[in-house]
Amino acid sequence: MTGPQLSPSTIAASARPPRPFGSLYAGNARSVMARGWRATRSTNALVVLSGIVEPIFYLLSMGLGLGALIGQVQTEDGQTVTYAAFIAPALLAVAAMNGAIYDSTWNVFFKMQFAKLYEGMLATSLGPLDVALGEISLALARGLLYATGFLLVMQALGLNLSWWALLALPAVLLIAFGFASVGMAVTSYMKTFQQMDWINFVLLPMFLFSATFYPLSVYPPGIQYVIQALPLWHGVELVRALTTGQVDPGLLWHVLYYAVMIVVGLAATTRRLRALFLN
Amino acid sequence: MPEPVIVTRNLVKNYRNFVAVDGLSFEVAPGESFGLLGPNGAGKSTTMRMIGAVSTRTSGDLAVLGLDPNTYGPEVRAQLGVVPQENNLDLELKVRENLLVYGRYFGLPRARVASRADELLEFAQLADKASAKVDDLSGGMKRRLTIARALINEPRILLLDEPTTGLDPQARHILWDRLFRLKEQGTTLLLTTHYMDEAEQLCDRLIVVDQGRIMAEGSPADLIRRYSSREVLEVRFGSTQNAEVAGRIEGFGERVDVLPDRILVYSDSGEKELERMTAAGLRPITSLVRRSSLEDVFLRLTGRNLIE
Repeated sequence: MTGPQLSPSTIAASARPPRPFGSLYAGNARSVMARGWRATRSTNALVVLSGIVEPIFYLLSMGLGLGALIGQVQTEDGQTVTYAAFIAPALLAVAAMNGAIYDSTWNVFFKMQFAKLYEGMLATSLGPLDVALGEISLALARGLLYATGFLLVMQALGLNLSWWALLALPAVLLIAFGFASVGMAVTSYMKTFQQMDWINFVLLPMFLFSATFYPLSVYPPGIQYVIQALPLWHGVELVRALTTGQVDPGLLWHVLYYAVMIVVGLAATTRRLRALFLN
Repeated sequence: MPEPVIVTRNLVKNYRNFVAVDGLSFEVAPGESFGLLGPNGAGKSTTMRMIGAVSTRTSGDLAVLGLDPNTYGPEVRAQLGVVPQENNLDLELKVRENLLVYGRYFGLPRARVASRADELLEFAQLADKASAKVDDLSGGMKRRLTIARALINEPRILLLDEPTTGLDPQARHILWDRLFRLKEQGTTLLLTTHYMDEAEQLCDRLIVVDQGRIMAEGSPADLIRRYSSREVLEVRFGSTQNAEVAGRIEGFGERVDVLPDRILVYSDSGEKELERMTAAGLRPITSLVRRSSLEDVFLRLTGRNLIE
């Protein structure tokens, strides 16, 4: 596409080549994140808090309550642990997923459809990647907050069986990042509240069946493959290995799974935001 | 002649199966107040979005401040202030916070944004509302806040898409006054409107757009001279009589427009036409002589059919 007849200022500007990803990214995702902090502080502080206590309730009821009946469970590696120590890491992974999903789906849906927030942002020098990264970082910060709180509770209950448990924090961030990127990409296609409900329809069974409350070996082999294809299973296994101290190089497959999720999710989100607001 | 700040040449925007903008060519000089006038669906907002670097053109050339918005989107947007048709203020933030946060989107330093925000709250007559919730503001205040927000980056061009639609007369006049001040300070204004009085108040020059094409271009006075008469005589005979009377006043004035409820006679002197009518034995129920306005030009150029 050619410009109109060149004026002096055009020549000056053309001499400076456009930055790579220039139209997508202004390197200012932090301003989007800062906006999120301000908004959270004034309007949804309570929602954030409820996200911390929810998994703790699960842990107390199922881990300690139900766990008293169940006693010991064998992990995939043959280690025998208490039922609470078995499900606690899974609940941690689920908390990360839920925090990230809430921020990147319902919040994003509302901002996109009703508040026209992104329309306003993209009329400034921000690019769609700034918006995507800023919003996802916010979801991550929230995931980190949930995870830290939950890990402390686990520590207090003696459910962290190894120092590797410290690595559960970055692992949880990775999980949150993966779900937030994909969640935001999926949300950008949603037009109605009914469609948004589909997200819950997918999440609930994943939460229940991803070897969260019992080992994968319970399933017949065919079903095992299906579960192993789901993202939450990778998260659960990764965090469980870290808090029970069963670390081996095979865990890197889980990390890779999330790395791919992040890249695909971010690319799709950026593309969608561009198509929606800069077409 | 100073370098134009906006240049369009055969600007075209096609959507899947319709042409929104069909070959617009115009230039806007620095400090000028330029209007896009047209009915709903004429392609005004689409044109604004292309100039605002949030929509890519299908073909033609476009330069904003010498830059092609397709390649230099963020650089172009950094120098523009945008007031969209619908307010998109951040409802989760307070009034002053809206300005602070928006300024940061441009990557401006915090201290500068803060002092600029206070100036702009003064300018928008919202200083006492600084810590109010956006939702509690009146329609006019929200509009002024949106304009203040658009000025946070000290833009060289301010794009206003139907700035006063939906506001009451008082709020409109306050807004016009603010916009006029900006114009006096040398900010280039580009605005769309379908209010003729607004165009006459604010625009140095304007184009009338219909179905994505330019129908006419010039200053408001220019256009009135070219497409209408100095005065207009409006007479009513009652809706049952209009058609019959129409036959008897053919050739009156420069042009006669017969509407269902009234008859318009375009002429240099409305009084003279009225005398002529009386002399011909016609007794209108009501009569009114007024100056010709942009509305007459607009309706002549874009037709009287309801455009949906």
